[in-house]
Amino acid sequence: MSANPIQSPLPGDNGPLRPPMNYRTKGMRINSARRYATNHLITALSLASTVVVIIPLVAILIYLLYKGASSLNLAFFTKIPAPVGEEGGGMANAILGSGIVLTLASAMGIPIGIAAGVYLAEFGQGKLLATTIRFTADVLNGVPSIVMGIAIYSLIVMQQKHFSAFAGGVALAVMMVPTITRTTEEMLATVPHSIREAALGLGVPRWRTVLSVSLKTASPGIITGCMLAFARVAGETAPLLFTALGNQFWSYKLTEPIAALPLQIYVYAISPYDEWHRLAWAGSLVLILMIMVAVTLVRIYAARGILKGAS
Amino acid sequence: MATRIKFQQNLDDLKEHLLVMAGMAEQAIQRSIEAYRTRDLSICELVLRSEPSINRLEREIDQMALDLLAMEQPMAIDLRFILSVIRINADLERVGDQAVNIAVRVREMGAFANIDLPVDIPRLAALAAAMVRKALQAFIEADAELAQSVLKLDDQVDEMNDAAFYSLSSLIKEKPELTPQSLNALIIARNLERVGDHATNIAEDVIFWVRGKDVRHNSSVAV
Amino acid sequence: MGVGIDVEHLNAWYGTTHTLQDINLKLPANHATALIGPSGCGKSTFVRCLNRMHETNPIARATGVVKMGDTDIYKDEQPVVIRRRIGMVFQRPNPFPTMSIYDNVASGLRLNGFRNRAVLDETVERSLKASALWEEVKDDLKKKSGASLSGGQQQRMCIARALAVDPEVLLMDEPASALDPVSTSKIEDLIFQLKSQYTIVIVTHNMQQAARVAENTGFFLNGKMVEFDSTDRIFTNPKDKRTEDYITGRFG
Repeated sequence: MSANPIQSPLPGDNGPLRPPMNYRTKGMRINSARRYATNHLITALSLASTVVVIIPLVAILIYLLYKGASSLNLAFFTKIPAPVGEEGGGMANAILGSGIVLTLASAMGIPIGIAAGVYLAEFGQGKLLATTIRFTADVLNGVPSIVMGIAIYSLIVMQQKHFSAFAGGVALAVMMVPTITRTTEEMLATVPHSIREAALGLGVPRWRTVLSVSLKTASPGIITGCMLAFARVAGETAPLLFTALGNQFWSYKLTEPIAALPLQIYVYAISPYDEWHRLAWAGSLVLILMIMVAVTLVRIYAARGILKGAS
Repeated sequence: MATRIKFQQNLDDLKEHLLVMAGMAEQAIQRSIEAYRTRDLSICELVLRSEPSINRLEREIDQMALDLLAMEQPMAIDLRFILSVIRINADLERVGDQAVNIAVRVREMGAFANIDLPVDIPRLAALAAAMVRKALQAFIEADAELAQSVLKLDDQVDEMNDAAFYSLSSLIKEKPELTPQSLNALIIARNLERVGDHATNIAEDVIFWVRGKDVRHNSSVAV
Repeated sequence: MGVGIDVEHLNAWYGTTHTLQDINLKLPANHATALIGPSGCGKSTFVRCLNRMHETNPIARATGVVKMGDTDIYKDEQPVVIRRRIGMVFQRPNPFPTMSIYDNVASGLRLNGFRNRAVLDETVERSLKASALWEEVKDDLKKKSGASLSGGQQQRMCIARALAVDPEVLLMDEPASALDPVSTSKIEDLIFQLKSQYTIVIVTHNMQQAARVAENTGFFLNGKMVEFDSTDRIFTNPKDKRTEDYITGRFG
């Protein structure tokens, strides 16, 4: 190349510049067409998968509405089950019972879960105890709910020699804790270290920093985690089988067996009575609506939290 | 690993320019003394014609130095170097001016008889030129010791100038008809003494650059 | 009013790495001192030793004597107390994202138990005025979140937050390195004004900034302090060749 008018600007680069890439060759164009086709295909497949996944949910909802909506009346929400063979009655005691057990579970599970999460994120770097806790939480997460029920049965029911709402609450709490712990830990990990340093640099003690800065900044995410754990255990039946047991009558004492919606649905569904089947459908509808409302509230709250300027 | 390549190149460039300036100034002095020795008026004209290029170069060097100060944020030794260059630049320009003055004096003397004067202008000139040469050598080699030795030579030049003044003023008293030549010679001696002062300034600037010490306005004792 | 800090034989380790080796220097009261040096030379570590922030890292350790006035900050006081007397401004502005501007600036006092409304109001206003941010935010103090300000404003707010607890010394770790030139100028002007009331230590990569802002400068290299002198001396005629190589950019 004798008269190359283009001088290379880089020191040490003495070769002539190569000609620019030609992007319009036939090979390139064919590739381009194939790329577009693949793009569209994958998009279509993703869409189809999403639809396939949603179909069961929609189907269940529609079927429940069909089967259970007709049975939803004021009596359902205010009356306890009628004796076998009689018409009418409702699941009011189960709804109340679920409320009580879930409140109990939350009151026990949320503080413990958050405390464990705080320990893991703020104080447990590299410590053996932290690793142990994390491992335990992950294992607990995977324990089948019926095994949980049996475990609490032997630990509490057998000791106390009776079934109780308390035992039911404990069973559900133990199921909530791992989720809440891990979520809390992860949310706290997203709090930038610079924020903590800012507080420490102002002479704020460590515990106060964790409380007023780390937790406060991570709170939207932590609350999401709590509500997700709540929504999950709200529909659990197996743990309550051997702990709360269920109750046909009004009950609210923590030391007595208590009714719960999932339990009631189970009992009614496997019974031979049509009347009870009808109530079971209605109960299922109410349960799934309750969970959907809870999850929706979680979504709304989480979105608000993000928009509030925690960037 | 060399860093600030562009800056280093610019500094070297600045030094080159200053050395060219130095060469022109030295040459001007040499020529003016040659003109005195030979009373050759054409050499005087040459000196006068070369003056504008010295002035032009002075402006160029100052501009280069200003640009470096603004663009490169020089620190410590680089900053002192550039400041020294600016000062030496001014002194070299004035050396050129003195050469012009000498050439003008020689031209004046051409109108009068060429007589022997009791003053050794060539020797004084040689000493002044040697001072300039040494100071510039010290600049080229960044040699503060050499620069120091220039400071001591200034005394000799001053003495020779005083002696010239004394003998020439005596001559004027004794033989008033030789006044024009005597006065011109006296002024030439004075110009050469100023050249010696400028050489001293250059040496002081070199010491400032290399050592970071401002030794101006001291008597010529070792610092 | 500020107090001076005397450092004697300060050594620091991160795990087994000896990050600071026998540092001795005096930081004069009501002056700004700049600390310069290449990345990793220990200047940030040094500054964090001054307010015991390096202790927040479990593998960090320091020995030596650091005196603030008459107080040995390692022996005589708790870290929490020291950090209230020696404030810190960090490289990247770090406002609390869940708090408003007012809450941010007042956080130092609030989180330490101060509740008096009138005092908080007055302190917030005074601090924001001292950090030249008052005029820009005085109407949105409680409406705007701390994180919604621009970078330069956030950093000035962080300075206000640090000043609100009324420290005697202010440590600034590259306070303007994440900011544009105009914001940087404002911060430098601020330092100039704050000098009369506080002792200021500023870590900076930017030598021109050190030259503009500080009366004294210390040059750190590989965990040692190579030279400490008045700023004009360091930048026109440093004594140590390593200092000169660094500031003329021939380092490497």
